[in-house]
Amino acid sequence: MSPQDLTPPSRLAARFATCQAEQRAALVTYVMAGDPDRASSQALLAELPAAGADIIELGMPFSDPMADGEAIQRAGQRALGDGQTLAGTLDMVREFRRQDTATPLVLMGYLNPIQCYGETRFLGDAAAAGVDGLIVVDLPPEHGAAFTARARDLGLARIPLVAPTTPAERLPALLAQGDGFVYRIAYNGITGRAGSAPRGDLGTALAQLREHTPLPLAVGFGIRDGDAAAAVAAVADAVVVGSALVERLETQGQAAALALVRELAERTHR
Amino acid sequence: MTDYPDRNGFFGGSDGYGGRYVAETLMPLIGEIEAAYDDARQDPDFNAELAALQCDYVGRATPLYLAERLSAHAGGARIYLKREDLNHTGAHKINNALGQALLARRMGRTRLIAETGAGMHGVAVATVAARLGMTCTIYMGAKDIQRQQPNVQRMRLLGARIVAVENGTATLKDAMNEALRAWVASVDDTFYVIGTVAGPAPYPRMVRDFQSVIGREARAQIVEKTGRLPHSLIACVGGGSNAMGLFHAFLDDPVALIGVEAGGEGIESGRHAASLNGGSPGVLHGNRTYLLQNADGQIQDAHSISAGLDYPGIGPEHAWLHDSGRARYVSVTDSEALAAVALCCRLEGILPALESAHALAEATRVAAELPPEASVVVCLSGRGDKDMATIIEHLPAQEATP
Repeated sequence: MSPQDLTPPSRLAARFATCQAEQRAALVTYVMAGDPDRASSQALLAELPAAGADIIELGMPFSDPMADGEAIQRAGQRALGDGQTLAGTLDMVREFRRQDTATPLVLMGYLNPIQCYGETRFLGDAAAAGVDGLIVVDLPPEHGAAFTARARDLGLARIPLVAPTTPAERLPALLAQGDGFVYRIAYNGITGRAGSAPRGDLGTALAQLREHTPLPLAVGFGIRDGDAAAAVAAVADAVVVGSALVERLETQGQAAALALVRELAERTHR
Repeated sequence: MTDYPDRNGFFGGSDGYGGRYVAETLMPLIGEIEAAYDDARQDPDFNAELAALQCDYVGRATPLYLAERLSAHAGGARIYLKREDLNHTGAHKINNALGQALLARRMGRTRLIAETGAGMHGVAVATVAARLGMTCTIYMGAKDIQRQQPNVQRMRLLGARIVAVENGTATLKDAMNEALRAWVASVDDTFYVIGTVAGPAPYPRMVRDFQSVIGREARAQIVEKTGRLPHSLIACVGGGSNAMGLFHAFLDDPVALIGVEAGGEGIESGRHAASLNGGSPGVLHGNRTYLLQNADGQIQDAHSISAGLDYPGIGPEHAWLHDSGRARYVSVTDSEALAAVALCCRLEGILPALESAHALAEATRVAAELPPEASVVVCLSGRGDKDMATIIEHLPAQEATP
């Protein structure tokens, strides 16, 4: 099957359909592109689907990631220290797609490197490389209409972030620019806050959110182990794990990181 | 030119500078602050309380002082100093800290957080927190904590908790990142008092408004003293709050506006903090503006001998004034600023902050080119006691004897 047979964002839709058919939540794994170096990061990327990652979120390193906690900050610093660039991140996606045309891959990062690369050029290159969706943390719908329209023309999903603070009045504007899935932030805070778990009312919050959108709902931030992943998988369509995985990679290496992915994948089965 | 920003927070149209580029968690909160601010600024009671505290607590109006010996030394126009260094806490920063703290209290918030570079904004926030009975946490780069010890001790004495920020370059930009992160995690009770005319809308406008008392006073004072408007206004620019505060009342006047960026070791050295003279447009800390960045959009380290100017961005209104040509932005190096500190001490008996000394250095150059009947107004934004350690360390080598 060539990449053209499953053009974005249908790769995302297909994956969610599969998970739904198997009656389980999707596991979304976040890793930082180029952490700790390009070659090992590329190797990890290739191993993630077999370990159980249903969707890959690939971080685009930025010097000043204001929504990220220390684990992802450090990962970004390591990648940048090794010379990772946005062009290099797109190269990694291209390389990944030579082996894998089925696993959806979403880029996550901040606006400034994208603007520096050139928004139009970035979107074109990302679509051509085989990216399925984009999460741009600091591009709210108020400023993102043109970007979203261009992304849509290219078949790139613009995945909206919804926070616990987001009032219901805001949802229509937010979701109108959303495709692929909705990323519900589990708590008010930055990524990877130690010891924090989603609040007990997550199920209610997701039920309310479902009234506003037919898109699958992913939940992330602070999901650090199998128990937390299982709890979220019971109510959400997807579980996003980032900091815990990035930290595992930092402290114990690639094999241990992949072991964590396998453990999380097991626990996201309902 | 005083109508900006537009309702989306942009200066100079939607292709201009400013905006609100923040994570979704902060969007509703910042909208709430904007609504509360727009309500407060039209409330006579709010303005009356602010004015009363500015007068009796801060010590406003600050004098506009004719620096006769400094003017004679420059050999041209008369140099007037707007004495923001005489404010309570020793700098212009309290004008804004007081305004935002009153707004925070009005919104029912009980805790203030802030970033600080030189420590002057941190001291101002810690001070008003004490005065209003609020708790306070200050985020400060570890490198700045080292070089601004007196202010660190002062903040602690005022009851503030200091968080040393070790990430990144351990200076002002990293302190701002960390304060934003902390804010995201404590949105319910906490108000983030941004210290400069940057950040997501409405901060650039709100901080400018609270600082614009500088220019309103200066305009009335210079007209009273000289019978006419000055030729030029000169102020240092890091984020640019004292400059914007001075400039704003004069935007529609035929007066030259000169912002002085920190040239560090020289623009050509690459070690500077001059975002307009040595940077390019981008998005950081919630706004689109000029930034020091590499070809891949990664933010680069700023360098300045003055911690208060050591920031790789600049307020979006300055970016727009720069592009539109309404204001001119120049740079002054570390050693020129140090020389200006010594000069001002010896000639006027005034110890200026290293930040303000950048403006003084440029003022002597500008004044020298103008006739004696002209006047220039310099914002002496803060006093230099906090910089004594840095000044003593560097001055002997600078041969700064007037």
